Amino acid sequence: MTTAHPHSAIDAVWRIESARIIAGLTRIVRDVGLAEELAQDALVAALEQWPESGIPDNPGAWLMATAKHRAIDMFRRNKLLERKHEELGRELKTQQESAVADFDIANDDDIGDDLLRLVFISCHPVLSTEARVALTLRLLGGLTTEEIARAFLVPEPTVAQRIVRAKRTLTEAHVPFEVPRGPELAGRLSSVLEVIYLVFNEGYSATAGDDWMRPALCEDALRLGRILAELAPNEPEVHGLVALMEIQASRAHARTGPAGEPILLLEQDRGRWDHMLIRRGLAAFERAEELGGALGPYALQAAIAACHARAGTAAETDWKRIAALYDVLSRLMPSPVVELNRAVAVAMAFGPAAGLELADALASEPSLKAYHLLPSVRADFLLKLGRLTEARAEFERAASLTRNARERELLLNRAGACAAQARPQ
Amino acid sequence: MRFMMLVKHAEKCDTPPKEFMDAMARIAEEAVKAGTMVVSGGLAPTGKSTRVRLSRGQVAAIDGPFSEAKEVVGGFAILEFKSKEEAIEGALQFMELHRKFWPGWEGETEVRQVLGPEAFAPEA
Repeated sequence: MTTAHPHSAIDAVWRIESARIIAGLTRIVRDVGLAEELAQDALVAALEQWPESGIPDNPGAWLMATAKHRAIDMFRRNKLLERKHEELGRELKTQQESAVADFDIANDDDIGDDLLRLVFISCHPVLSTEARVALTLRLLGGLTTEEIARAFLVPEPTVAQRIVRAKRTLTEAHVPFEVPRGPELAGRLSSVLEVIYLVFNEGYSATAGDDWMRPALCEDALRLGRILAELAPNEPEVHGLVALMEIQASRAHARTGPAGEPILLLEQDRGRWDHMLIRRGLAAFERAEELGGALGPYALQAAIAACHARAGTAAETDWKRIAALYDVLSRLMPSPVVELNRAVAVAMAFGPAAGLELADALASEPSLKAYHLLPSVRADFLLKLGRLTEARAEFERAASLTRNARERELLLNRAGACAAQARPQ
Repeated sequence: MRFMMLVKHAEKCDTPPKEFMDAMARIAEEAVKAGTMVVSGGLAPTGKSTRVRLSRGQVAAIDGPFSEAKEVVGGFAILEFKSKEEAIEGALQFMELHRKFWPGWEGETEVRQVLGPEAFAPEA
């Protein structure tokens, strides 16, 4: 096979294959750091040989076989773990004998299991959140240290250190290479989903002037989520998270105005929503629902996002359903921001007085003290109730709390409109 | 980044061998598992298709087959990749499948990036 740019083609192969290779090697050598080293050795060999010999028909199998040979050499040299050597030798022999090694279905299942084990290990709770994120993006996302550093706006040596320390911690803690079972699974899975959603949100928070690696994090998170959904198809919260991310990502190009100001969901141009992503999100949500049982927090948030996604215009939104979903969410995952969103939904479904009652209960909430959306939402309710003087004061308070100049202008305009309306004719 | 793969071949085409169809199913499943598959489909032969053309101010519908066409689009897929190089690598592996399991088949897969809404967004 000839290719015009062998080096970048090899990079592409690496990005596609590296996670599975590292996963397979980890099962054999029982150490994530060592597995990655062996995989990197294989990559170096590929970079040396493929420009001349061409990229092999099954590059993944070539890299895996090369890495395994390196592992055998290493074991021989160390004279350690003789039993491992035998296992390895046996395994390689079987693969060579297998006529259709390229598309061996059983092999495929093994790799799936190994990938899942790798996911759980790289998100192990013994690691700090930052370490989990860096390790996951590195081992499963195929990102280089430099790419991770650029994406998270931290110096490259910091990321490199994080990864080195993370691997050492896993080794020293003798973290087993297995998929957690029983009561342990829910908590461990929640840790994995948290990492993926964190990566997504980091990407989602990127602004126009940022390095393109930052919004690309949304794609990385989506890919990891989708892979996980295939590896663990019976976990509804995985599908829930994927659904939530797909639908959120669908709004990426409608969220900011020309001056970089944030545009609220209800005011977004729905023609700019990515309907392919919406369809995928709704399909993922269906998979979560089909598995039965009560919806977990990610699935609930996805259900709410789905209500918005299904409405062709803001006016068609099923607010009663959204209010009901927020009711459940606020009990499952109580938080002031969830409560504020619930107030908005309740107001849309049952009138501003009902919404105001909920918003008022948040008045003394310390975490919302500097959050401009609280007074902004209250102002909206007060305006709809005809309480113009109070509405004006709240719009002005919201304006003083926002850091976005355009948003401040909009809020002050609304305050001015209240004042004009309140003036006796 | 999204890429559309357009698989093109000569109009006259035999039915694919079973081994090829099996291999296609496997590669599609792998793409789903890798989180790259968006949508894929095979197209009905041009004998069953219609071209609606605007030319010299006239719009007309013309039914197939189109015997003058050297190559027709037989199928397509939209996949999400991190880079064009990955998309090309995917297409190379896809064509390798054809070589292995459908001897004698000739054709090409065109790799085209699907422009997202950001390509049409007004300048900030």
